[in-house]
Amino acid sequence: MASAVLLRGAVALSGRFPALAGVDLEVAPGEVVVLFGPNGAGKTSVLRACAGLLAISQGDAMVLGHDLRRHRTAVRRVVGMLGHEPALYDDLTVAENVRFGVRAAGADPGAVDPVIERLGLGGRVRRTPAARLSAGQRRRVALAGLIARAPRLWLLDEPHAALDSEARDLLDDALREATASGATALVASHEPDRVLPLADRVVDMAGGRVTGQQRGQRPRQLPGGAHVA
Amino acid sequence: MWRDALLVAAKDLRIEARSRVVLNQVAPFAVLVLVLFALALGPDRGPLRQAAPGLFWVAVLFASVLAVQRSAAVETTDSSRDGLRLSGIDPAGAFLGKAAAVALELLVLEVVVGAGALVLFGSSVRSPGALVAASLAGTAGLAAAGTLYGALSTGTRMRETLLPLLFLPVAAPVLLAGTRAWQAALGTMASSAGDPWVRILLVFAAVYLALGVVVFGALQEAS
Repeated sequence: MASAVLLRGAVALSGRFPALAGVDLEVAPGEVVVLFGPNGAGKTSVLRACAGLLAISQGDAMVLGHDLRRHRTAVRRVVGMLGHEPALYDDLTVAENVRFGVRAAGADPGAVDPVIERLGLGGRVRRTPAARLSAGQRRRVALAGLIARAPRLWLLDEPHAALDSEARDLLDDALREATASGATALVASHEPDRVLPLADRVVDMAGGRVTGQQRGQRPRQLPGGAHVA
Repeated sequence: MWRDALLVAAKDLRIEARSRVVLNQVAPFAVLVLVLFALALGPDRGPLRQAAPGLFWVAVLFASVLAVQRSAAVETTDSSRDGLRLSGIDPAGAFLGKAAAVALELLVLEVVVGAGALVLFGSSVRSPGALVAASLAGTAGLAAAGTLYGALSTGTRMRETLLPLLFLPVAAPVLLAGTRAWQAALGTMASSAGDPWVRILLVFAAVYLALGVVVFGALQEAS
């Protein structure tokens, strides 16, 4: 089966400085891979490169069968990223922000309302412009947009930051559901206690390179729905 | 591409409908420019009537800088620029959508400024069709070129000051051709003399629309 993500000697520059200095990383479809490492290790750069936001200058880079160096728009239609900042339009309401992202990706607009309700953004909040939301609510809207788009590759950068415990659980549940139905996830995090139970594999990074990897703690799903630890 | 263009245009127009920046700030600014020029030229209606087409297009040109700046700023706050790129929207569609939204906003503004110019300067329209054609073609050109240069200046720290520096010289043909076409339409020169100027406006718009469709994606990635 083709890899969901395949980076071979991937080099990317941020200005004049190397953000990725020859990353080798392969992620199987349906796998949840957590990236660990100190600040500046290259975790966010890997996510941004996989989203087509950071140009790969050397090496091979394939995402969901698309060459990242040639077909960025096609890649962006099938990946979803939750970055440090929620990418929202301040003057659009919660529902309008989510709906715009869903329509842009060509996803099912029917998913918008249920996801908004699920994330606790219904009622009056739904009609509130994003500028008037708290940081946590804005993060929830961004998460709602991600879930409603149903991307095939989830790119999560410190996904639990600024979320309350309820929203963190909702995020974890949504990620489990998505990966159970075949989606793949790359997660950059500094919270091992939170993300290790979600991970199939943990990849250590430093200096823009992969330095090691180990198994995660996610229960593997067997055919028929049974789980093994 | 067309689906994405409609989506982006609808989004930008919805943002404008909610924020009313163009209506409440840019349009009054354009009218103010018109009034200030009228004050500078004095109370004699003769010179004012002669200058009305030029003053109209100068006011529209300055207003278009602000409208384009607003259109670009919408995509740069709170990392929403990444959001537009991540959305998977075709860059050509994004360009056309943003340019269409700016053009519609400018057209509304032109109705206000144009009516103001006609009333203030006591001008009358001899050829309404030519007036509308010149306005539509000039607006399309300003919106296309403005959106392109808005994207070009977005990634720089000096974007607020860089955009007028880049855009105003490029838009000079619109000022010149628009003024001549309006002079013909208002009867301050022979009406048949306006046609070539409208054609220049159409060529300008076509060139910048085509250029934008081709290079907007690269500008988005580079900024």
